[in-house]
Order: sequence, then structure tokens, then C-alpha cells
Amino acid sequence: MAELTAARPGIEDIRQHYTAHTQRKRLYGGILLAVFVALMAAGFRTADARNAGSFADGFTRIFDYPAEVLAEAAEKAAQLPGHLVHFFPALVETLNIAAASTLVGAVFGTLLSLLATRGMAPWPALIPLFRRISDICRAIPEIVIALVLIFVLGGGPVAAMLAIAIHTAGALGKLFSEVNENASLKPVEGLTSVGATWAQRMTLGVIPQVGPNYVSYALLRFEINIRASAILGFVGAGGIGYELKNAMSWGQGRYDEAAAIFLLLFVTIVAVDQLSGLLRDRLTHGAKA
Amino acid sequence: MTTFDTTLTPADLKSDISRLFLKKRLMNFALPAAVLAYLAYVFVAFDMPGLWERASLDNARTLISDSYSYKTHVTRDNRSGAVSVAIEGERKGAYPEGMSPDWVALGETTVIDLEDGHVVTFGPETIEYLIPGYGVVRATPSRRAGVQTELPAGDVPEWISVSKNRLAVTTDAGRLTVTRNRAEVFRYFAGWELFFFTLDSPYYGMGAAELLQRAATGEGGAIFQEFWTNKMWRHQDVAWAIAETLLMAFLGTIGAGIIALPLAFAATRNFMPLRSIRFAMRRLFDFVRGVDSLIWTVVLARAFGPGPLTGALAILVTDTGTFGKIFSEALENVDQKQIEGVASTGAGPVQRYRFGVIPQITPVLLSQLLYFLESNTRSATIIGAITGGGIGLLLTQAIITQKDWEEVAYYITLIILMVMLMDWFSGWLRRRLIKGEGGKPRRKGRAGTAFLLP
Repeated sequence: MAELTAARPGIEDIRQHYTAHTQRKRLYGGILLAVFVALMAAGFRTADARNAGSFADGFTRIFDYPAEVLAEAAEKAAQLPGHLVHFFPALVETLNIAAASTLVGAVFGTLLSLLATRGMAPWPALIPLFRRISDICRAIPEIVIALVLIFVLGGGPVAAMLAIAIHTAGALGKLFSEVNENASLKPVEGLTSVGATWAQRMTLGVIPQVGPNYVSYALLRFEINIRASAILGFVGAGGIGYELKNAMSWGQGRYDEAAAIFLLLFVTIVAVDQLSGLLRDRLTHGAKA
Repeated sequence: MTTFDTTLTPADLKSDISRLFLKKRLMNFALPAAVLAYLAYVFVAFDMPGLWERASLDNARTLISDSYSYKTHVTRDNRSGAVSVAIEGERKGAYPEGMSPDWVALGETTVIDLEDGHVVTFGPETIEYLIPGYGVVRATPSRRAGVQTELPAGDVPEWISVSKNRLAVTTDAGRLTVTRNRAEVFRYFAGWELFFFTLDSPYYGMGAAELLQRAATGEGGAIFQEFWTNKMWRHQDVAWAIAETLLMAFLGTIGAGIIALPLAFAATRNFMPLRSIRFAMRRLFDFVRGVDSLIWTVVLARAFGPGPLTGALAILVTDTGTFGKIFSEALENVDQKQIEGVASTGAGPVQRYRFGVIPQITPVLLSQLLYFLESNTRSATIIGAITGGGIGLLLTQAIITQKDWEEVAYYITLIILMVMLMDWFSGWLRRRLIKGEGGKPRRKGRAGTAFLLP
């Protein structure tokens, strides 16, 4: 308002003002960019210095190992189907770990999310507690729990399954509670008015509303968990990752096996990715039509 | 909502509804039944019944008790008669010659007070353990006759094990083992021993108030130096390891974003007229994403050796595929009107992209980058455990020794704090940078883009 009553600035003033403003903005942007680039460069140099091999050396050798593996696999191409059959049970174990941990994680995630959503929680005072629990479960990388459990339970799929399930429960707990917040509370109120218990209110009032979204998130998690269970196998939890580690540490002479495992893992991940993508699309968009 | 045809007779309607109900009821039972059946199969496939035999409860017990407590060893060399005191029996935690904690009185006969009336005495020849309510256990080790033990009259209780060459007594107050060569007493304490200063540090055993006072008089640097170079807990190495892990996540995520953005343009219908290139680009993204990060890690570790750079590159390669997919989807949803508007003012192609396209996709770009920065902190820990770098490496090393569980507990705490902090930080930055998101997590568009976040 004050600007209007004061003497009107000339067009020259406005232009100057605008130019100065733009220049300042550009300067800030430039400084920010420079700082960012410097940070990246410094980070890269630090990482390079602390690495066993340098970037410049390694860069030329990136494809050496894949080439070696592929060459040996091509040489023994006739054995490939045999290897695929041989490692199939390990792949099934990896998939089982992923599926079981997703199921268990989804069940606990559902519980955590219902206990941590306002309007649905049976003990509203404890909502922050359950939120923190799911935060902590989500923050622990699977490998940490897996390594500790391997020490206690011995190597095997159960340690990996529990480790992934704990992380999944935390991650899904958070996603589910976001879904819950969008759910209508009217069915819950209706059920309360006829004297339904908390479990009845949740299973009959909330779950039918959020079910498709839950399943969709769980499917996504299943995809991620397959990758996780392959990695955990590598540290001794069984499944295809364990076989890969064995084939790799053997080195040359068993690269055909490594190639077969790579192939199995790749095909599985792509197939599950496509399949769950289709399913998720149907659940979120097409199911109602 | 199912709408019913109103011309139906009540009988038809009823049969329709009954059928619907029957279907729903069956579904309600069939689905949980299928899940249960699958879990039962997994129960057998994973050999759960055999788990209890394989599981080692002893391991679990040591793990838990060791993660919050430590033991001090008092050891007598039976040949020379020399007595040494060391925390966890490690050289790094040994008390200097002649120095001992106040519950150990060194001398011709060493008296070790285990509290609650439990007293162990290392005499010149004989070792005695006074156990209240039981009596005195005497053991005389010698090179020739092994360990000669005298117990109070009566049956030998199960917490004492005696053989010709060995005596072991385990009570709530501590533990005594006598063999021909040495006698050893363990006393357990709660807490993490020597966390701040080791025994050889001049600041060992000082209270916080005194330390603050000394820091105020100019000793701050020296105090920090002592803490920083603590040999037992290696705070310096741990800090570096955490920095390495964060560095991996940062370099990997941002690098992937920088590489994926131009490639994403080549994979969109509206910016890439050539169908073949578009197709090739999309398949490339799918391939990079499909090859698991485990495989990338293994392949890159061969070329670059262990270290943070390998981890950063593994994250970079994997995420380039994911970002390529997300960004190209965002670019396909770009509003053409804004670009036309910029073009109508006579802007060249560069300006069109800079002012017409980039501002539209910045929110998606930034929010995805920040989401991944957080989740990649976790991935960097895992990748570090495989390739050897960062806090993941320290953790695996500590677990492999199978005795430094207090360090494992420390690292796990740090990892959880690190990830939660990154989670909070990325959320905060996201809210600051992307206006309109408010204090709430974002709602719309979740079904599309956010589905890829790990």
C-alpha cells in the first residue's frame, strides 16, 4: 500500500530493481551449486582415497569380472540347464524367506499401524510409543538383526526371516498408518454403537476400507524383501545368496555356477517386479471397475 | 457399491444376496486358511522344530549379559605367583603394574572382595573362596599333583565343578577358576567399561564436574584427544566409519540422480521422438534395476576393491535405474502449456527446459532423492558389510569375534540413531524445500511415484 501512495517508481527503477533481484538470486543459486559441487568432489576424493582400489584403476576393469564369468559360462553352456535346476531349491528358499517375512511383517505392521492411528487406537495415550516402536523397527537394517540371530540360532532361513520381518513390520507399520489416516471413521463409530469390541471394529470397519492399499504396499514390500533375502544369504542365512557366495569364493572354474545364479536372480526379480506391478495397478485403479 | 435391479422379484433378490454372502463368507475363510497353510509349509520347510536343538541358549545368554555388562579378570600366574588385573582380560584394559581397583588388595596374599560376603584370597600356596552359607573352598595348585581341592562336607553342589586338574566355582557374585597354571576370578559389573577413557589415561575415573573444570582451564583439547584415541572403543574409527557410510549414501544417491536425469529425458514419449532410443533406454533402466544391488556390489567390489567408493558406486548404479524410471514417469506427466508459454516468449531449447520443464519436476525429483537418501543410509550399512567399508564392516568384525557384544550393542545403537536422524533430516528438508507439503506427509500421487521407494 505504501508503495502506491509514494511517488510512482519509473520504469527504469523497476527494471533495475528486477535485474538486481535476479542477479542476487542467480548469485545465491551459483554459490549453492558451487558448494554442492565442491561437496561432491570432496566426498568423491575422500571415498576414493579410503578405498582399496582407486576409481581410475577400477574403472577400466569394471567389465573384466562379468566378462570372465560370461566367457566361462559360454564355454560350459551345456551345463547351464543343469545348474539352473540344481540351484532352483535355493531360489525357492530365498522366495520363501521373502514371502514368509512379508506375511509376518504385514501382520505385525497392521497391528502397529492400528495401534498408532488416532481414532482407531484402543489406547490413545500410547500412540507415540507405538510410533517410536515402528520407527525403530524400520531403522534397523536387516543385516544387523540377521547377524546377531545367526549367532544365536545358527545359520539358516529362520534368522533371515525374522530379521526381514522386523524391518518389514516397521516399514509397513508406517505406510499402513498413513493409509489408515485416510480411512473413514464412520463405520467404526457405527460398529461401536452396536457394541462391537476393538478387534471387531478393526476387522469389520477398517480393514475392508484399507485392504486393497495394504495388499498393494505388501506386494511392493515383497519385491524389496526378495532382494533383501538374497543379500542376507550372502552373510550366511541360506538361500540363493549363500550359493552365490560359495560359487564366488571358489573363483575361477565355478563361474558357470555363478552365472546360473545371476541369471536365476535376475529373472526372478524382473518377473516378480512385473507381476506385482500388474497386480498393484489392478488393486489401486482397476479393481473397482 | 452394487446396485440391484429393482424389477427383480424378492425371491430372486434373496437368492442373489445369499449367493453374494456365501461368496464373501467363503473368501473370508479361504484367504486366512491359505495364509495359514502357507505358513505351515514354511514352518516345515525352514525346519522350525529342529531350530531349538540348533539354537544356542548359551550364546543368547552371553550375548545379552555381555551387551550391557563387563567383567574384570583378576589372574594369578601359579608358577610365578604374579597377580594381574585386566578389564575383559584384554591387554588394552589391563591395570598398570601395582595398580588395582579398590576391591582388590594386592600383596603377599591378595584379597579379592566380591561383595555380599564373598571373598577370594590368593595365598602364597593356597587359594581360598569364602562363600557365605556354604563354607570355604580351598584349592592348592601344583605342577605335579594338579589342583588339590578341599570342599566343605556334604554333596558337591552343581555350581562347583571339580576335577583332578581344574576347579570352577560360579556364584552370583562372580566366578573362580583354578587350573595348574593359573587361578582366575571374574567379577561382573553393569555398564560399558572404559567408554570414555582407558586406564592409562590421566583422566580415567574423573567425574564430569572435574573434567568440565579442567576443560575450562585449557585442557579441553587434551581431554578430547584422550577420548578420541580411546583404544578400547576406538571412537575415532567409529566416527570415520559412520562418515563413510553416510558418504556412500550421499554420493550414491546424488550421483544416481545426476546421471539418471538426462537419461530419463531420452526415455519419455514427449521429449524423445525416436521410438527405438526410448525403448532401449527403458530396457536399460529395467535391466539395471533387475540386476540386484547384491550382484552390482559383487561385480564392483571385484573392480574397485573394498571401501566406500565401491559402496557408493553400487548404490549409484542400482538407483540410476530406479530414478530413471521415476523421473521419466514424472517427465511424461509434465504440463505442455508451461513449455509453450516459455517458448512463446522466444526462449531457445535450453531455456525451454530450464524454465518450462525443470520447475515442474523439481518437487518429484527432490522428494525422491531425499527418500532414497534416507533408505540408502540403510543400504550403505548393508553394502558396507558385504564389500567392507563403513559401520557395516565394523559391525561384522565385532560380531565375528563373538565376544565384543558390548561393541556390537554400541554400533547397533549408533546405526539406529544414524538412520533415524537421516529419516528426520530428509523429512525436514523435504518439507522445507517443497512448499505445499505442509507438516503432513504428502498424500496425492502416492499411488504412482512413491511406490518405488524401498
